[in-house]
Amino acid sequence: MFSKAILRLAVVLMAFAAMPASAALNVFATVPEWAALAREVGGDKLNVFSATNALQDPHRIEAKPSLIARARSAQLVIATGADLEVGWLPVVLREAGNAAIQPGQPGYLEAASTVRLLEVPARLDRADGDVHPGGNPHIQTDPRNVLKVADVLAVRLTQLDPANAAAYKAGLARFTERWKAAMGRWEQAAAPLHGVPVWVQHRSFPYLADWLGLKELGALEPKPGVEPSSAHLAGILERQKATPARLILRPAYSRPTASEWLGERAHLPVVVLPFTVGGDAEAGDLFALFDDTIRRLLAGLK
Amino acid sequence: MTFVRPGVLCAALAAAFPAAASAATDADLKQLREQLRELRQSYEQRIQALEQRLAETERQASQAAASAAEAGTTASAAARSVVQVESRAAEAQAAVDSVARRPAGEGAFNPAVSLILDSKFTRLQRDPASYRIDGFMPSGGEVGPPRKGFSLGESELAFSANVDHLFRGNARFSLAEDNGQGTVEVEEVNVETLAMPAGFKLKAGRFLSGVGYLNQQHPHEWDFTDAPLAYKAFFGPRLQNDGLQLRWVAPTELFMEFGAEVASGERFPGAERKANGAGLWSAFAHVGGDIGDSSAWRVGLSHVHSNPRERSFEDGGVNNVFSGRSQTWIADFIYKWAPNGNSSVTNLKLQGEYFQRRETGELTYDTDGAAALSAARFRPSGAYLQAVYQFMPRWRVGVRGDWLRSGTTDLGTLSVADLPILAGYDPRRQSAMVDWSPSEFSRLRLQVARDQSRNGEGDNQVWLQYIMSLGAHGAHTF
Repeated sequence: MFSKAILRLAVVLMAFAAMPASAALNVFATVPEWAALAREVGGDKLNVFSATNALQDPHRIEAKPSLIARARSAQLVIATGADLEVGWLPVVLREAGNAAIQPGQPGYLEAASTVRLLEVPARLDRADGDVHPGGNPHIQTDPRNVLKVADVLAVRLTQLDPANAAAYKAGLARFTERWKAAMGRWEQAAAPLHGVPVWVQHRSFPYLADWLGLKELGALEPKPGVEPSSAHLAGILERQKATPARLILRPAYSRPTASEWLGERAHLPVVVLPFTVGGDAEAGDLFALFDDTIRRLLAGLK
Repeated sequence: MTFVRPGVLCAALAAAFPAAASAATDADLKQLREQLRELRQSYEQRIQALEQRLAETERQASQAAASAAEAGTTASAAARSVVQVESRAAEAQAAVDSVARRPAGEGAFNPAVSLILDSKFTRLQRDPASYRIDGFMPSGGEVGPPRKGFSLGESELAFSANVDHLFRGNARFSLAEDNGQGTVEVEEVNVETLAMPAGFKLKAGRFLSGVGYLNQQHPHEWDFTDAPLAYKAFFGPRLQNDGLQLRWVAPTELFMEFGAEVASGERFPGAERKANGAGLWSAFAHVGGDIGDSSAWRVGLSHVHSNPRERSFEDGGVNNVFSGRSQTWIADFIYKWAPNGNSSVTNLKLQGEYFQRRETGELTYDTDGAAALSAARFRPSGAYLQAVYQFMPRWRVGVRGDWLRSGTTDLGTLSVADLPILAGYDPRRQSAMVDWSPSEFSRLRLQVARDQSRNGEGDNQVWLQYIMSLGAHGAHTF
C-alpha cells in the first residue's frame, strides 16, 4: 500500500516537473530596490519577485518556505551582497535545489560587487556589533550606484536571455537617460543639504551622505545592530551640545524609540527616510524614492 | 674657406696680356678697371650673402637641435609621469582591492567554522539517573536531564564548505564529558549535491532526518533547553540516519518539498544490524507559504519504517528484546507571525507535532534467564504544542505542553507485572521559559518544568542555560 502511494506521488511530481516554464525570466530580488531596478530595465520581459518589503530589516530575515519556493524557479537572483543577506540567502539558495542561481553562476548577481564600498572595517570582531567585513552594504541610497548596478544588470539579463537583448538595451538606455536627468534635478534641489550635520539611527546612509555632502556626526546605535541604550543616548545628547547636528535620520523599518527620544530632548527634527522602494506611501518606484528622500530632508531643514 | 683676392687677380691678368696692355689706351684701361671693380663688388656681395645664409642656417640648425633636445626631454618626462600615474593608480587599486577582497592564499579556502558553547545549571527534585518515560519502550538514547547542579553540556563544533562545483561538505561534532572522560560524538558528517538538475538534492553520510519539524534542528536552535517528550520517547531524542536522502522542491509558488531516505537503521526505533542493505526507510512531505506579509506557515507529514531485529531494552534489571515491524507517522505544523514580517521587535512562533507509532512483532522477556517469548503489539502516540512570543527586542517568553499516551499494549502471554515500564501510563509535562538574547550570537535562558514522565513521581525542574555561537554567521532557518 505504501509503495503504491509513493508511486502515485512520483507520478504527480513528474507532472509538476514537466510543466512548461513561463516565458518571462523569473527574477528573485532580495530587496525592493533591485526588484524596482529590474522592472525599469527589463520591463515586461521579466517576472520580478522581491523577497523582502521595505518595512523589514534585511539583516533579520528567515529562510521562509515561500522564499525557497520562489528561488526554486528563479533564473536570476539579484542580491545586495557585502554580507547583507548572509543570515538567510545562503540557506534559501541551498534549500531551493536550483543550480542556476548558486553564487558564481550567471544567475547570481551581487550589486555591491559593482560599486566601491564605504566603511570597510579595519578590524573584524563581533564585539563591534553586526559588522560587515566587505563594507557598508546599503549602497542603494546613492543614485550613482544605482546607475552602475543597472549597467551590470542589463549585461546579465542579455547573457541569460539573449532573445530579448534589444529590449534590455533599450530599457537600459531609457532608464539611464531618465535617471541622469533626474539626478541633475535632485542634486540641484539638494544643494542646501551640503555640509548639513546629521545623526543617523543605524549606519544606513553613508552613501547618501557621500552623494549629497551631508556630514554624519555619528550613529544612535552604539554598535551596528545593537539597540541604543539610554546611557549611550545621553552621551549623544552631550555631544549634540558641543557639535550640534540639524537632523536625525532613520530608515522606515527601524524602531522609532531612540530617535524620537533624542529628537525631543535636543529639539531636532527626526526625518524618517523611505530607505528603499515602498518605504512610505510616496516612494512607489526608484524615481519616487529619491524625490521623496530629498523632499523629506529639505522639509526637515526648515 | 679661401677666396682669390681681386688684387691678385688683376696682377695676373696684366701679366697674361702684356701686349694688349701696352697697346691699350687709357680709356680702355679705365673701362677695364671699372669692370674689375664691378666684378669685385658683385663677388663680395655674393660672398657676403653666402656667408649670411650659412650663418643663418647654422643658427637654425642649432635651434632645431635645441628644440629637438627639448622635445625629447619633454616627451620622456611625459612618458615618465604617465608611468608614475599608472603605477600610482595601480597601487591605489591594489590598496582598494586588498581591502575589498579577503586575503588570498591557502587560508582563503578554509571551511566555515562555528563553535557552539552550551552549558546548564539545573535544580531537579528527582535523581536524573533514575529518569525513564513510563509506558514506553526505552530508546536507549540520552533523554534524561543532565546531572544536578552545574554541568558542562555539549559544545558543538561545525565545519562546512563547498567541496567543488558539485558537492558541499558538512561536519558537526559534539564535544562533551561523560564521567570524567572526554567524548566526541559525530552528529553529522555528510556530503550534499549542489548542481543536481530539476530541483533534486541528494545527501549522503550521517544526517538528521528531514522528518517532522524539530528533528533537523540542533539543540542550540531549540526554543527550550530540552527536546519535547514525544521526540525523547519516539526517537530518543531524534532520528539520526546513516544513509542517503533525496529531496525535491516543486517549481511552484506554494512551497512543496518531498523527500525520501534510506538508512542503516541502527538506532532506535531500529536496532543494531548485521545484514546487508538498509534497515530504515522514511518519507516526508512539507507544504508551506505566506499569509500576507505578516505570517508564514508550514505543515508536514512524515513516515518512518524499520524492521528492528533483537532491539534490546532493560527493565528493572532484566534484559528483554523486541523483533518485528515499527511504523511511525508524524504530523507537524509551524506558524510564525511578525508585524509586516519584521521580526526584530515582536514576533510569535507557534508549533506542534503529533506522533503515532505501531509496532508488531515478538517480545522476549529475560533473555539471560527465562527467555519467555510472545507476540506483542504496541500503539503509542504523543504530541507537543508550544508558543514562543518575543514581546520586546531581545526578550522572549514561551510555554510548552507535552502529552504522551502509551495506548493499547498487547503483551500476549507475557505479564505486565514482569515488564513494569510497559504498564499503561500517559506521561505529561508542562514547561515555561524566558530568554534574553543580547545579540544574534548569544542567548541566556531560564526554564521551569513540571515533568511527570515517571509514573507517580512528579519532578519539578529549574534550568539555567547559556548558548553562545562563535565563528561563522549561523543561518536563520525557518
